Formats: sequence, C-alpha cells, structure tokens
Amino acid sequence: MKEIRILSPSGMLGYGFPKESFLNGIEKKPDVIAVDAGSTDAGPHKLGAGVGIVSELAVEKDLTLILKAGFELDIPVIIGSAGGAGAKAHIDWTMTIVRKIVEKHGLHFKTAIVYADVDKDYVKKKMDTDDVHPLGPVPILTESVVDLTNNIVGQMGVEPIMEALKDGAKLIVAGRAYDPAPFAALPILMGYDSGLAYHLGKILECGALCAQPGTTKDCIMGYLREDHFLVEPLNDKRKCITSSVAAHTLYEKDHPYILHGPGMYLDLSNSRFEQFSDNVVKVSGSKMTSPDKYTIKLEGAAKVAYRTLVVAGIRDPIMIRNIDDITRDVEQQVRNYFDEIPAEDFELIFHLYGKNGVMGDREREKTPCHELGLVMEVVAKTQDLANTICSSARSTMLHFPYEGRKATAGNLAFLYSPSDIEFGPVYKFTVYHLVNVDHPTELFPIDYFDLK
Amino acid sequence: MENTITLYELAKVLRSKNSGPFEITFDIIFDSKEKYELVKSSGVITKELIQELYLVEEEDISHLVFYDPAYAIKITMTRSVDSGSIGDMDVYGSQQHAPLIDIKIPIANKIFEGGRK
Repeated sequence: MKEIRILSPSGMLGYGFPKESFLNGIEKKPDVIAVDAGSTDAGPHKLGAGVGIVSELAVEKDLTLILKAGFELDIPVIIGSAGGAGAKAHIDWTMTIVRKIVEKHGLHFKTAIVYADVDKDYVKKKMDTDDVHPLGPVPILTESVVDLTNNIVGQMGVEPIMEALKDGAKLIVAGRAYDPAPFAALPILMGYDSGLAYHLGKILECGALCAQPGTTKDCIMGYLREDHFLVEPLNDKRKCITSSVAAHTLYEKDHPYILHGPGMYLDLSNSRFEQFSDNVVKVSGSKMTSPDKYTIKLEGAAKVAYRTLVVAGIRDPIMIRNIDDITRDVEQQVRNYFDEIPAEDFELIFHLYGKNGVMGDREREKTPCHELGLVMEVVAKTQDLANTICSSARSTMLHFPYEGRKATAGNLAFLYSPSDIEFGPVYKFTVYHLVNVDHPTELFPIDYFDLK
Repeated sequence: MENTITLYELAKVLRSKNSGPFEITFDIIFDSKEKYELVKSSGVITKELIQELYLVEEEDISHLVFYDPAYAIKITMTRSVDSGSIGDMDVYGSQQHAPLIDIKIPIANKIFEGGRK
C-alpha cells in the first residue's frame, strides 16, 4: 500500500514536546519531519519588530532532537514560518540556532532557505495594476500605508517548498508559509491527493491539539494514503477521536469547511471522519480546488506609536460606582492641562478588569465586580510623550476628588513601585491583503548551501 | 414551563479564537449527532441571537454555519479592534466565548436526562 508518514513534533517550534513521544514517532519511520514556527496570533509586534515569541534556548532544545533525527534517518526536515513571523530577521535568528546545533553534533544537511520578504515596490506595482485586494474586513491598501510599514511578508504555499525538495534539500527553513504547507509539500510532490495532503497538514500543524486531551506541546503522526489519511497520537495519554480531529479542522478558520490558502481552497463539506482504531482517526473526502487566479496573502506590520502603562487596583465601592465618570473626567483634566499638545498625538485608555476588561463594548454584563483591576495606558507619538502623559494621568487619577469620596489619601492601589511601565513601540497590522501572482514561487527566492 | 438545557451542558467544545487578526471565530462542537441535531433543529442559534449577546450588527457577523460532518457550529464576526492593535483587549481572541455558555436549548424530558451528564 502506498503511504507517506509525516511527523509533527509540536504545534510551534520552541513550545517543547516530550522526548518519548518524539522517539516513538521516529521508531515509526517517518518520511518527513515538519514543524510550524509561526503565527499571526500574538499580534503584529513580531513581524513589525523582527523578533520571535519563543526563547532561543527552547528552539535549540526542540531543534536538536529534530535535526539529529532528520540527519540519522536521512529524511527532510521542514520548518515553516521560521522565527515567528517568517521575515528575514526571523530566518537569520533561526539559522543562528541551526548552525550552532549542526556544529555541536557534527550534522550535515543540504540546506535551502526560502525567503518570504516582499519588496515594497513590488507591492506598489501590483497596486497599480489592481492586483492587491483586502482580505476580509481590512481597508484598501494605499501607497502611504505601504511606506509606513516596517516589514511585509508573503505567505507561501507548497510550491516553493516542493521546489527546494526537488532540488534535493534535506533541511528547509522557510519564511512565512501557510501553516499546512510544510506538511503538505512532500506528499503533493510525490503525487498524493492535494486536498487530503493540505487537510492533513492543517490538522498536523498544531501538534497534538487534534487529540484528546489536546495540546500543542506534543507530537502527532499523519499517514497519508491514496484516498484517505490517518491521524495518530504518539503519546499513550492521548487519543485521536473523530470529534477532536473534526474540531481541529475548524480551528482558527473563519468558515468550517471552505478553507482558503495560497492559490487554492479546500472544500471539506464532504469530508468523513471515522474512528479507525481506539486512538486513530481516518479522514477521507477532502477536496482541493484551484481558482483561476493564484493569490498570495501579504502580511505587513508598522510601528504606529509608543506606550507607557500603569497597573493598579481599585477597591473603594464609591469609586467603582462612579468609575465611568471618573475616567472621563481624568482624561479631560489631562487634556486641558496639556492643551498645547495636539489631541491626536496621544490616546489615554482605561482597561477596567472586573467591569469590561475582556469584552469592551461587546460586554453585556453591567454590574462591576467588588474590586477592579485598572491598566491605564497611554499611546503617543513618542516614548517621551507617552511617559509624560502617563505620569500626569496617573497622579490625576490617584488624587481625583470624585463625587462622594471619603478616602482622601489616594484612589489607586499601585501594583509596582515605580508605578509607570515604559512599554516601547506599538505595532499594527497594516497589510493583510491578497496579491495576484503570475507564478506561485515568484515571491519566494531560495538560497541553497551545504551546512555542516 | 418548557425544559431547557444550556449550551455549556450540551457542547463538548465551546471556544473563541482569532481567525486572522481581523476576525474572531466561535466553535460550538458536539460529541454526538443527537446533541448536535437537538441544537441545530431547535433554531435557537441565529444571527439575531448573536447580535443580542454581543451587541453587534448583522453585518459584523460574517458566517454562521452548521457543519454536519463535525457536529459543529461556527460563527465568525469582525473584531471591533484588530488583534494586538491599540485598544485591543484580547490578542488571541480566546476569551470571547462566555456569553454563549448560557444559551438555553429547549428539550423534551426524556433526552433531558441523557444530555445532563
């Protein structure tokens, strides 16, 4: 029987996984080890600032096991969205760790780096020909927004990774990639059904999150065959059951059975989830369709402001009762005092935990808790201005003489001394658009070299 | 009075999460066809209900889909502030599900006992 085995060590490179699960997977002779290293989940900061979300030590621990196993079995190791956001800075960071491991353990790989950075002029040219469109509820892209943006990456599909595999690469470090792509590339190259390969990749990319109990911090194995695939946990403590695997198919997607990716969409309306054995689930019927135009998702982030914040508790019941009036009046007093500063140069935001700190305007529960957690933040054009406004707003709030006050010594229980915390730059996703491309690989140059 | 059971009691998974930085998606997943069909056929889960629970407009809700193969309901809505931007309060969007847990589904007495467990 034709079968390809894909080992997913963890839902995120650097999240860690039990060594026993991994070795259990290695014993089952995988044909490829693939791991996702990125996401937009943690917000725009990683992409904008060119930093990661996991520690160097954690990535080194995970990669040491993965690279040694890949080398010993002589199978491809594929890392997708390297370093968190998949821009050049993130690839460089990942490669520093890779080189250290390769050197330390005497490994040897034909290596391919697939870059995903997108040139701003390329984006502008594509805008001129009306080939850039918002993805979802996003404003239309303008040249000034592109200029403002710090980093832009394109989200690659399987094609650039397949090219690297075809050219014999055994270690592929890919920039920003569609999460399932590193898992689906080898199977599709070998002629397996692309709908099943992508669907399996979608399930594997979060590690054992598709099992029960689910976690991103454990290994999972996929077996892709001609007309179905199997998903098997590699830890005795977990089982894959139809509801857990089906549930994972929907995870963090806007639609349950139409999943859009680079140059394709998956149609899972006729997918079948069956219990194959006690802990293994069988999936069939997933289909992939390629629209006429091949589109790549662009992601870009820009530095838009600087932040300073204060954390404090509020326990006075009279103050809590009047909190909306107090925060409004405090802001007004601060703005009046700094009347020489243009209003749009800073924003003062009161997050009130215990009231609507999680859901904001969408909170229907109107009764506040007996104590409130306050995070007062100032975002401003410069760090200096943020510090200045925060300091003034903090002292204003601390001594504000609200209606009915008897506690005249101070209104806030500060968590820290000093109370004001300088946060640094604040980023925003400025680009989240689709671009029409002529060829799936045109945005993703590959660099090959021998690594030992 | 009509007997009801909460969505929390019926669902196996009831969660919210980012679907990209500009949307939040809600998954309500059941571990049996019976529970899924009970909720689906009740007609309780509608865009109107979601608008009421989240104080949003109809155009904020991009999808409300029943997915039979997974016994799942998915609801996707636009974020009021995009993930991690100034003013956002839930970067991963993973704590927005709470208003769904108390949704009441009418049931006949017999199924009621089974569903409670």
